[in-house]
Amino acid sequence: MPLTFDAVVVGSGISGGWAAKELTEAGLRVLLLERGRNIEHITGYVNALKAPWQLAHRDRMTNAIRREHPLAARDPFIREANADYWVKDAECPYVEEKPFDWVRGYHVGGRSLMWGRQSYRWSDLDFEANLKEGVGADWPIRYADVAPWYDHVEGFAGVSGSLEGLPQLPDGRFQPPMELNCVEKMVAARIRERYRDARRLIIGRVANLTQAKEGRSSCQYRNKCDLGCPFGAYFSTQSSTLPAAAKTGNLTLRPFSIATRVLYDRDRRRALGVEVLDAETRQTTEFRSRVVFLCASTFNTAWVLMNSATEVWPDGLGSSCGELGHNVMDHHFLVGATGDAEGFEDRYYFGRRANGFYIPRFRNLLGERRRYSRGFGYQGGASRLGWERDVAEIGVGAAMKEKLMEPGPWSIGMSAFGETLPNHRNRARLDRSRRDAWGLPVLAMECEIGENERLMRVDMANDAAEMFEAAGLRNVKPLDLGYTFGQCIHEMGTARMGRDPATSVVNAHNQVWDAKNVFVTDGACMTSSSCVNPSLTYMAMTARAAHFAVESMKRGDL
Amino acid sequence: MSRREAVRRIALLLGGAMVASEAILRGQSAPGKASAEAFTQADRELLDEIGEAIIPATDIPGAKAAGIGAFMAMMVADCYSEREHAVFREGLAKVEQACVSRFGRPFLAATPEERGALAAELDSQRGAYEAKKGKDEPAHYFRMMKELTVLGYFSSEIGCTRAVRYVEVPGRFDADIPYRKGDPAWF
Repeated sequence: MPLTFDAVVVGSGISGGWAAKELTEAGLRVLLLERGRNIEHITGYVNALKAPWQLAHRDRMTNAIRREHPLAARDPFIREANADYWVKDAECPYVEEKPFDWVRGYHVGGRSLMWGRQSYRWSDLDFEANLKEGVGADWPIRYADVAPWYDHVEGFAGVSGSLEGLPQLPDGRFQPPMELNCVEKMVAARIRERYRDARRLIIGRVANLTQAKEGRSSCQYRNKCDLGCPFGAYFSTQSSTLPAAAKTGNLTLRPFSIATRVLYDRDRRRALGVEVLDAETRQTTEFRSRVVFLCASTFNTAWVLMNSATEVWPDGLGSSCGELGHNVMDHHFLVGATGDAEGFEDRYYFGRRANGFYIPRFRNLLGERRRYSRGFGYQGGASRLGWERDVAEIGVGAAMKEKLMEPGPWSIGMSAFGETLPNHRNRARLDRSRRDAWGLPVLAMECEIGENERLMRVDMANDAAEMFEAAGLRNVKPLDLGYTFGQCIHEMGTARMGRDPATSVVNAHNQVWDAKNVFVTDGACMTSSSCVNPSLTYMAMTARAAHFAVESMKRGDL
Repeated sequence: MSRREAVRRIALLLGGAMVASEAILRGQSAPGKASAEAFTQADRELLDEIGEAIIPATDIPGAKAAGIGAFMAMMVADCYSEREHAVFREGLAKVEQACVSRFGRPFLAATPEERGALAAELDSQRGAYEAKKGKDEPAHYFRMMKELTVLGYFSSEIGCTRAVRYVEVPGRFDADIPYRKGDPAWF
């Protein structure tokens, strides 16, 4: 393997896959590093085509999984069928100075294999919020800077959704939307009427194809996305960006490669390349490149920067502003409402739609001022309960059996996803006193939600219940199940973008102020969190930064 | 709130948009270390018949045909905590005792009608126990047997193909179709 490339990309998840695609397509020779194993598209998805009875424990959690994944097992994402996609916690521990869920997947494709696929654009409401409120740092970019890149990534990734004309949730280049079911349509109509269109329930915008693309089928409605899709119907590194990058002939993919440091030339104030620890042989190799893209996921990107300490920057590359590792954000959630719908017992559906509904943000808009700032959106769905429904009252015997063979009542639920304010005190730091399985220092998280989020959660529950009541649903219950920082797996911040090198880690083009040939384009660069799912924005930011890097290299600026 | 209840509520809250497992949530007790040898062949045969009493054969096969005894034994050994495992084991003995004191013979010697009547009785005992159960008290053994039977049956090949309908690749989504009472549910 050569030791010199035009670009090194650290991480092969959603952001890294995009960086690799864009840079190789521009003609650069790219080394794509992945710390974990390879998972081949289709053949690597070992459980994707198994019937329920072919999983020994019928997809439930086992004690063996709990022992291997004690941290991941605190949340309901890990199951028998997908357990291999989550990290072995004992190998890569972290310190919870305050409770923190860090849910990770270390393999080619990263969490693009298991992500929730909800894909929403940010708006200027989001990009301007910090400036207007004097919170955190101002984004150095606005919607107009990112909009063409949203077009670009939506067109390639394939996002299905409806055009709504909402300023807080800009429309995009969508494939045809999936469809709401009959109860969701009823609730949508009643909400629209009751709130005079100021609130709207729409089908989720999701990175599942509704029309086939080259090499990828349309969604087959199996709802087993998080096992990997043998049809390539949802966007993942494997289904989409990796084949595109490989096709150029410019890509070298190196699994089992832990990027440990960005090599830094203090005289020229630029990176020389990346030091890599082979996770299997434990040998260290230095790869040289003209540019480095850090796409290792929010915390691991921060970790690489912090571990790249030199005598010039003892706290790590990008630490001169004092913000590296700080301003960690997530979305706070698991608060909303549930209810039952009556009068639809003669209606049903066919197919397992891998998508739900979305209610875009409606709070603190159009001059409204709540006791908190920012807002939240809802994600949920309605369905007829299956045989898993609580059987306590159904008794035993033939009558119970016959009853459970039929679909149960219609149930509906939704959880709000709320914006988390950037806060300098929420941070991850390097703890050199503890080591992972490779002898590397670990991260220590100290993050918690604040008063703004707590006030918001009251509305998040009550507004949900009020809308369900307005829709005429029965047994409406507001519900707050509690939230642990990180649990939403939307971690952002640690290397925020800004206008001023004194207060931000990267500039408007995702370049680290202290080493301009180092780009941070994953969740680490986020300056605020919006309330919509962030992955589509990582894609757009990465493509934008890659394009900028290529143009700068052509001009001789990098 | 029990773990199962918490997971159920998360699943409801997310509107089924996310598949929820029986993941342990914070505060769960230590996982059990028992192996499949924890249950004898006789235990599995007894569990087969208890499962059959919960989901009997009708015009379509019941839980025993779906191998429910071996399934329950495996699930308890591989998935339950040590404490839950102990409750389940004691429960097995309690079923036998209840059968002897009610009908004067062990469960395997009882008639299908007697087994069914006993299962109904144990299920109401479970209900009474749960009505006043403290937060830290374990689940009732009969809830465990009932839940494992329902899970094991409906997710078995017989359950998926005869009791409900499972389609591996639906290929499309029909958002609103008529439902006629009696039609089986989709898995």
